Amino acid sequence: MVMLVVAFVSFSLFTFVGDPVHNMVGEETSDVEREEIRETLGLNDPIPVQFMRFVGNASKGNFGISYQLRRPVSELITERLPATLELVFVSALIALITGTLLGVYTGINRKSFLSDLILAISLLGVSLPTFVIGILFIYLFAVILGVLPSFGRGEVIELGFWTTGLLTISGLKAIILPSVTLSLFQMTYIIRLVRAEMMEILQMDYIKFARARGINERTIHYKHALKNGLIPVITIAGINIGTLVAFSIITETVFQWPGMGFLFIQAVKFVDIPIMSAYLVFIAFVFVMINFIVDILYYFIDPRIRVKSGAANG
Amino acid sequence: MKIKSLAKILLTLLLVFNFSSAWAANTIKWSMQGDSLTLDPHAQNEGPTTMVSRQVYEALVTRGLDMSIGPQLATKWKAVNPTTWYFFLREDVKFSDGTPMTSEDVVFSILRAKQPTSDFKEYISSISSVKAIDKYTVQIKTKEPNPILLNQLSNIFVMSKAWATKNFSIVPQNWNASQETFASTNAMGTGPFKITLREPNTKTVFKKNGKWWGNVEHNLTSIELLPIANAATRVAALLSGEIDIVTDAPVQDLGRIGSSGGHKVESTPQMRTIFLGMDQGADQLRSGNTGDNPFKKKEVRQALYQAIDIEAIKKKVMRGLSEPAGIITFPGVTGYTKALDKRLPYDPEAAKKLLADAGYPNGFDVELRCPNDRYVNDEAICTAVVGMFGKIGVNVSLNSQTKSKHFKELKNKKGDFYMLGWGVPTLDSHYVFHYLYDTGASWNRVNFTNARVDELIKVMEGEVDLDKRNAAIAEAWKIVKDDISYLPLHHQVISWASAKSVNVPIRPNNEPLFRFSSKN
Repeated sequence: MVMLVVAFVSFSLFTFVGDPVHNMVGEETSDVEREEIRETLGLNDPIPVQFMRFVGNASKGNFGISYQLRRPVSELITERLPATLELVFVSALIALITGTLLGVYTGINRKSFLSDLILAISLLGVSLPTFVIGILFIYLFAVILGVLPSFGRGEVIELGFWTTGLLTISGLKAIILPSVTLSLFQMTYIIRLVRAEMMEILQMDYIKFARARGINERTIHYKHALKNGLIPVITIAGINIGTLVAFSIITETVFQWPGMGFLFIQAVKFVDIPIMSAYLVFIAFVFVMINFIVDILYYFIDPRIRVKSGAANG
Repeated sequence: MKIKSLAKILLTLLLVFNFSSAWAANTIKWSMQGDSLTLDPHAQNEGPTTMVSRQVYEALVTRGLDMSIGPQLATKWKAVNPTTWYFFLREDVKFSDGTPMTSEDVVFSILRAKQPTSDFKEYISSISSVKAIDKYTVQIKTKEPNPILLNQLSNIFVMSKAWATKNFSIVPQNWNASQETFASTNAMGTGPFKITLREPNTKTVFKKNGKWWGNVEHNLTSIELLPIANAATRVAALLSGEIDIVTDAPVQDLGRIGSSGGHKVESTPQMRTIFLGMDQGADQLRSGNTGDNPFKKKEVRQALYQAIDIEAIKKKVMRGLSEPAGIITFPGVTGYTKALDKRLPYDPEAAKKLLADAGYPNGFDVELRCPNDRYVNDEAICTAVVGMFGKIGVNVSLNSQTKSKHFKELKNKKGDFYMLGWGVPTLDSHYVFHYLYDTGASWNRVNFTNARVDELIKVMEGEVDLDKRNAAIAEAWKIVKDDISYLPLHHQVISWASAKSVNVPIRPNNEPLFRFSSKN
């Protein structure tokens, strides 16, 4: 249902993005011929007709042929899916681990200079737009220091339909800058969330009792406090993976990362309607799936939900 | 078990690493904003696509480094009458799979370029028939005498008939088909390089074709095309040494690249002229306030012309990288002369007087439409001219938008005043007249109409006597220049930035020819 609505909204917007036919043919092409192409592509049909045709074909797994690249859209998307998912996976991991560690640190050492510094820098990370951070990273690490590549995915290895850059040295080097860039926003978010949770939990009675029992601080912080603080973090982070997929458009463009977001940007410039519609539906699908999974995870993580639904059944 | 799998991974890493360093031997790494859209040589008539195809595919005739037409797959040709041509092919040409190239392949390729799904069908619509006379002779007939046939043929690449037939690629990819044609992602040509790896928008590897018939003048073992869409990233990759040459370096970064020590910048006028068009056909301006159409008066058009300080645009907006233009064509095109390219002087006082004489002492309102992602600094140029028009009292509002919208609305006859750029792939003035000045022509949005010019265009199309034809071109240029039907601005300049160790000769059509390139 959500996907249908997204597809319909995007189709209604496509009328405003310009004329794909101008980009598809040379400037020599006569107006009559342009009209013929528009007719064969069905661009002259009313929006609802175009939309129904799209839904009909899409339900059969046929997303059409890209206007620009003249290749099947489903093939283009499967080709680029691994790159985007690897990028999102690595940056989610970076955001989660670094974010949690820094969050715990700033939560415990509230008054230290280092905590203030971390928070200040993280604020900068949120305020600077992604492409500025990306380009700053490129100039620092690729041009000045010359240690990391400025663009691309490095050497990739094919594993069946999946291509991975995580098994080669150049591939690992290549993923560092884009994934860190992409993770900064999430990381900041998680730092603040974990910090707030830790500060709240450390005030609670059971922590005081634990201290009274003489358990050492380390165990209290990581075993008792953090464990309880992580529940909201995981749910938020889960939902935000969808945002990472969507945010990756900018990061992928800056780093020439051969993923789906990059494909989408190029499609928008060219008014490549088959790619744009397939991409938007795919993103809607990702969001729907993630929400679904998070709902299920709630059930497993939070015992209270299980008890309640159990009681209702019984 | 664990150690074993770890060893496996290490071994893979080692192999991959070795592989990549072995490739480093005389490889030029080339980058630009976009990638070739398809390897199919007849599917897209578009810049980067042709640049890539040109390294792999060859045509009957071709343009050399100096842009003049010379033999390639045909050694010589003759026209037995004004509409019948014979082309005599080289006999020692092989495709990169080793099969010999014959007249069958040439006939097949030209017919393929005329298919409905080909993007070249309009381009060579004058060809009425093509047939093989013997193994190495091809006859081409045109509907009417065609003085620019050779120009056109230089862009029609020859592919292997046997290979295309075997791989279900007899016609270029159709947008409505459900299956992909093999030729979109693979290539089989006779050129100096062959494509060994193709990852669209990521990496394309060209290797030296050992079976090439020509005299090898380059010292390359391979070329890697690594497109980078973001300009800042592209420059960073060049400066960090990951890229050897960038064929579309951004104007604002040229100074920094040139002063970096290890790099050089080369510039040359490009084959594209930027100009403004004014609709002189409408009775009333759509965006005006005077109730009539001031553009109908030549004085008004001249006033706008003389209000433009083109040197200021060159200096401030284009950072020196533009050539002010007097006509919409550039050096190297048949019919171009320095005298024609001279502009009317910049003179805002004279412009004000012209406006007053025409009956608009207080100026008028009009909207200027511009693309913002098509030409070099297009939006900035428009912003600059809007200010200049303001100084003579013409109140211009600017509407700049993305090219897909700009051209769509231009074609739909929206707007009164617009920016356009025009290139001349045939290097013949006819191309300009046919599309911009002929009465009712597809890009003649200024609604220019002149019976004499229409007559002269017919002469350009059918006259094979070069002197008479050149006289017609000269006369036509004089008429349209005196009429000020368009406001020419400048010829674009292209710049290539590369490492000092790399030598790729720059060409006005922005197309590198790697067979003349070297790397030390």
